[in-house]
Amino acid sequence: MPETRTWRESVKKMRGQEDKKKNLPRRYKTLRRNITALMILVTIIPLTVMAVTSALQYQKNIKAERITPMQAIASKTAHSFELFMEERLSALHFIASSYSSEILSGQATLHRIFRILREEYGGYVDLGLINNEGRQVSYTGPYDLLNKDYSDQQWFHEARVRGVYLSDVFMGYRDLPHIALAVENLNEKGESWILRATMDTKKFRDLLSQVNLDPIRDAFIVNDEGVLQSDSRLYGKVLENCPLELPDSSSGTQVKEVTDPDGRNVVMIYSPLVKYDFGLVMVLPQTSIYKAWHSLKQEIFFVYIASVALIILVVFSSTHRLVKRIREADEKRETAFRELEYTQKLSSIGRLAAGVAHEINNPLSIINEKAGLMKDLVDHDMHHDKEKLMRSVNQVLNSVDRCRNITHRLLGFAKRIGVKYEVLDVNEVLRETLGFLEKEAHHRDLQIEFNLPEDLPRISSDRGQLQQVFLNILSNAFAAVDDGGRVVLSTFEHDENTVAVSIGDNGHGMSEETMSQIFEPFFTTKKGYGTGLGLPITYGIVNKLGGDIKVESKVGEGTVFTIFLPTQPPGDRDNEQ
Amino acid sequence: MNSKASILLVDDEEEFVTTLAERLEIRGFQPEAATSGQQAVELMENRHFDVMVLDVKMPGMSGLKVMEKARELRPDLPIILLTGHGSTDDGVQGMHQGAFDFLMKPLDIDELISKISEAIAENS
Repeated sequence: MPETRTWRESVKKMRGQEDKKKNLPRRYKTLRRNITALMILVTIIPLTVMAVTSALQYQKNIKAERITPMQAIASKTAHSFELFMEERLSALHFIASSYSSEILSGQATLHRIFRILREEYGGYVDLGLINNEGRQVSYTGPYDLLNKDYSDQQWFHEARVRGVYLSDVFMGYRDLPHIALAVENLNEKGESWILRATMDTKKFRDLLSQVNLDPIRDAFIVNDEGVLQSDSRLYGKVLENCPLELPDSSSGTQVKEVTDPDGRNVVMIYSPLVKYDFGLVMVLPQTSIYKAWHSLKQEIFFVYIASVALIILVVFSSTHRLVKRIREADEKRETAFRELEYTQKLSSIGRLAAGVAHEINNPLSIINEKAGLMKDLVDHDMHHDKEKLMRSVNQVLNSVDRCRNITHRLLGFAKRIGVKYEVLDVNEVLRETLGFLEKEAHHRDLQIEFNLPEDLPRISSDRGQLQQVFLNILSNAFAAVDDGGRVVLSTFEHDENTVAVSIGDNGHGMSEETMSQIFEPFFTTKKGYGTGLGLPITYGIVNKLGGDIKVESKVGEGTVFTIFLPTQPPGDRDNEQ
Repeated sequence: MNSKASILLVDDEEEFVTTLAERLEIRGFQPEAATSGQQAVELMENRHFDVMVLDVKMPGMSGLKVMEKARELRPDLPIILLTGHGSTDDGVQGMHQGAFDFLMKPLDIDELISKISEAIAENS
């Protein structure tokens, strides 16, 4: 089996160069766009991630920094409330435990104890003893409540069941907020009795005033139903419903960012009292918390925008310079390659010159002889033979035609390298090119076999360039065969977009090593007269025309070059795709 | 003295060789045209020629091969070689192999006749 090697393997370097020559402006635009996009992505994505992460972290830190102290104040104040309640209930417990119900039933004793209680603790409004039937058997205070029956009141039963009772805030007789406390005890007979006291809520205001020092804050007490147990600066008077939605009281101190019914964005800190059905609510405007954050956010945003702008500027400018340099380098390489191509072309022309000179010499010799003959006929007075004269004249004209054909072919070949597309019959171009070598084939008795189907699709390509390609490969085939050797020219439709031209010979063939180098510039097996540029240039041209070359060869059996040519120019095909 | 001298003209270009024969005939020679080396050898075998005018580059049997054959058949036959411009090497090689002289195409008829005359004179 003949070894097969595509030229792609042999001339990767050259392919790189050639590819760059296609669609220059668009290719560089794409390159610039891709590099710019890539550089912007790899710089802006980390920058953005860093900016967002930092911003979020700052936000978290600032929030923690501002809210944690508030949380602490809220918790501490709630705890103070608890201690206050605890203390007041403890005082009642102490009295109930220290004195029997009989002693406390005495009005004078109760009054004396009440007076001491007020002096020591303050805030107490009245004090009374209620027997197990719910009747107030002794009472000291500003109201006339002696013998008042509490048996049908809820608090009385709750105090009996729990042993202790603490009421919500209620409006007393003088329309002032009060709170009632009660503790249960048993007398010697095992009958229960209840010591009940009423307190004003002045102490609430005292405790809350420590929190409310800052005028932007609002702190107040609510019960489990959300009823205000103290006045709120923003949300109403005592016993009104708190309009804020309170969190679950079982979860300890909680912070919520909410929008209140008046549309204010506030941070609500809710700290429930553990033992009692109250909670402390502290409300702060969000702006006071996030003021530092908003300021920092603006700075981060400004730095981010400035950095992005700078990156884009630098990326655009450096990419522009980079692509410009790549383009310049490509153009220099292209120029060098074109010069090389031109040199090779001149070399090809030189190689042709001998053959062409011989070819032109023959019709010239005929013209010379025919003209000489006509002169002879005139000189020897034989010019009356008109038929003979005309035959000579026609043969002179025929010979001139032959010369013209040769010069036309040469002129076509010598045109500049730029690609000029036209619709071509590959078979015709192949035959035309073979015309350059016909004489050599004739003299060396070479058998030229044609397998050129008439229905081969026409292609859009460059006639001059194709001639050079065919001439280079045909010249190699002719050089590879001995006199009397065989060269087979075939064309076929490879696929619907490609026409193939196969040029085979039964010459010396090539080793694998030679095949691996044939497309490399300056590699030649024709010692002394080869330039080593024929096949690299051929490759360059075929590539420029959007085609491909395949080589099969075996030492001693011959070589087949197959040239694949697109039916449409490469640019057109790209556009169609 | 050269009239009636018989000359064998060998060239693969038929128009060239027949026209040259005609012109030589006008000048009183007895030319015979052959369009291949093989035909020339056959003519030499059957007829006597005073001079052979032979193209070097011919398909099949080349001019130099015809000359070798002529040396065998007619060692004394003077041979004038015709070469194309730029192919003087072939002419020089021919002279080394015993050609009388060589001329480059296109021919100057007077020069050819002069060479033919020289060859005949030298050979006689």
